[in-house]
Amino acid sequence: MNIVSLMGAVELGLIFGLIALAVFLSFRVLDFPDLTIDGSFPLGAAVCATMIIGGSSPLLATLVAFIAGGIAGLVTAFLHLRFKIMNLLASILTMIALYSINLRIMGRPNLALITEDTILTPFLGLDIKMYLLKPLVAGVIVLVVALIVARFLNSDYGLSMRATGANQKMARAQGIDTNRTTYVGMALSNALVGLAGALFAQMNGFADITIGTGTIVIGLAALIAGEALFSTRGMLLAVLACIFGSVVYRLAIAFALKADAIGLQSSDLNLVTAVLVVIALVLPGAKNPLKNLMKRGK
Amino acid sequence: MIAVQDLRITFGKGTAIENKALQGVDLTVANGEFVTVIGSNGAGKSTLMNCLTGELIADSGSIVIGDQEVSRWNAAKRSRLVSRVFQDPLAGTCENLTIEENLALAHSRGTNRGFGRAINNYKRELFRERLSRLRLGLESRLEDKMGLLSGGQRQAVSLIMATLQPTKTLLLDEHTAALDPRMQAFVLELTHDLVEEEGMTTLMITHSMGQALQFGSRTVMLHEGQVVLDVSGQERSKMTIHDLVDMFAKVRGEQLDSDSLLLG
Repeated sequence: MNIVSLMGAVELGLIFGLIALAVFLSFRVLDFPDLTIDGSFPLGAAVCATMIIGGSSPLLATLVAFIAGGIAGLVTAFLHLRFKIMNLLASILTMIALYSINLRIMGRPNLALITEDTILTPFLGLDIKMYLLKPLVAGVIVLVVALIVARFLNSDYGLSMRATGANQKMARAQGIDTNRTTYVGMALSNALVGLAGALFAQMNGFADITIGTGTIVIGLAALIAGEALFSTRGMLLAVLACIFGSVVYRLAIAFALKADAIGLQSSDLNLVTAVLVVIALVLPGAKNPLKNLMKRGK
Repeated sequence: MIAVQDLRITFGKGTAIENKALQGVDLTVANGEFVTVIGSNGAGKSTLMNCLTGELIADSGSIVIGDQEVSRWNAAKRSRLVSRVFQDPLAGTCENLTIEENLALAHSRGTNRGFGRAINNYKRELFRERLSRLRLGLESRLEDKMGLLSGGQRQAVSLIMATLQPTKTLLLDEHTAALDPRMQAFVLELTHDLVEEEGMTTLMITHSMGQALQFGSRTVMLHEGQVVLDVSGQERSKMTIHDLVDMFAKVRGEQLDSDSLLLG
């Protein structure tokens, strides 16, 4: 494997670290199995690409993608909290709706960004090779976001959000408006996914309607990898484990796909991921994080 | 002060399993009074408690806590006035959070939760001091997960949590029922001391006639969603467990009689 594809895997791993972080927020912190992610990832990409092509600054486009993702999360939370639709189903409904919305936003299934300005453009003057620049920029953004999220989870408000997922009745008895914390958490989770979509589109030079498929499973796989490989004692470590787990997972996948002996091609990624998650689910052992995760789902 | 007037709630209205859980409860508890509540299963004790905390909203009737009419408030809003310890040690605390995080949650009850650090040195010191009075060694285990503690330890911490913020009203829902006798005695003693110190208006549900007479200054019996017995002062202090059990049987017996009348 050469350095370019290695760095490509790191860059993807960092971007999907945001997805793992989002999955951590919804599945782990809020105890809300949320599949909206499969729709809010391409939503972020679509919004960002459309805005950039329309002449907006890449920074503004990225910010709007972040907000758009957050709104998608709010819709799912609203369907669940207001109408008592089962959380999993509520998120699937939003995800399906987003497919059409994304097509409306883009006007067609695929947008190219190759010739447009992106958040990378200001750094092109620096004498850094493209394959290094991308993971560098992604890394800085993702780490800053991760640190902010960790700090947030350690705040009074963040703690009330964690209590909401851990024990709703107790949370209410402590004066926590559990509906509000769920809205905020779901918005934050999907906003991170929208941001990941925007970064993905700009780094890869395109937005496509199909890039969302399987995002949630990849996020789960990254979360599992992170929790299996790193200590998750304390919020900061748990959040960083998501990011590093995602990078490790991407590297492992990249190596597996490169190894001719195995005979896999890149389109096999979703199959490989699904199989890995299933293996993680059925593996015996008390320290199996995913098992817990799935059992806790209501 | 707690003032409950003509509180009524019916579950499953209009269905085959319709259950009139509360059928006009009237109860006034003065400031600083410690009332024990007894009654058989299904008498409406826990329903009354849930109506007071806002977990349930009653169909009709009024609830005044302090000087606020709260019957339409949700649980989160009422938590400013009321703290509660659950029967199930698992229910009142978060097992996945650490001891200090649980305490921090209770410490911020009734305040606006902002983005300041949930745990800081000032709070740690406060938590250590509060926990040390339990003499369970928990003050040195602040960063342990709550789930590592025994049921009794968790109830003791729950009590500390209930008294961290100066709410004037404490609701105890059979909070020692799930504990072994030794731990029961410990938690009850702690309850007594804390209530005394903080001068809290307290309502304690219990299944034990002994506890009902031993603690507090007044005992109330619920039956079929109504207050059927209310003793305090001299009358109560002369009362033995035996008397109370007799009254308990009498209330239920009368019910039987009226049933047999109906059937006859």
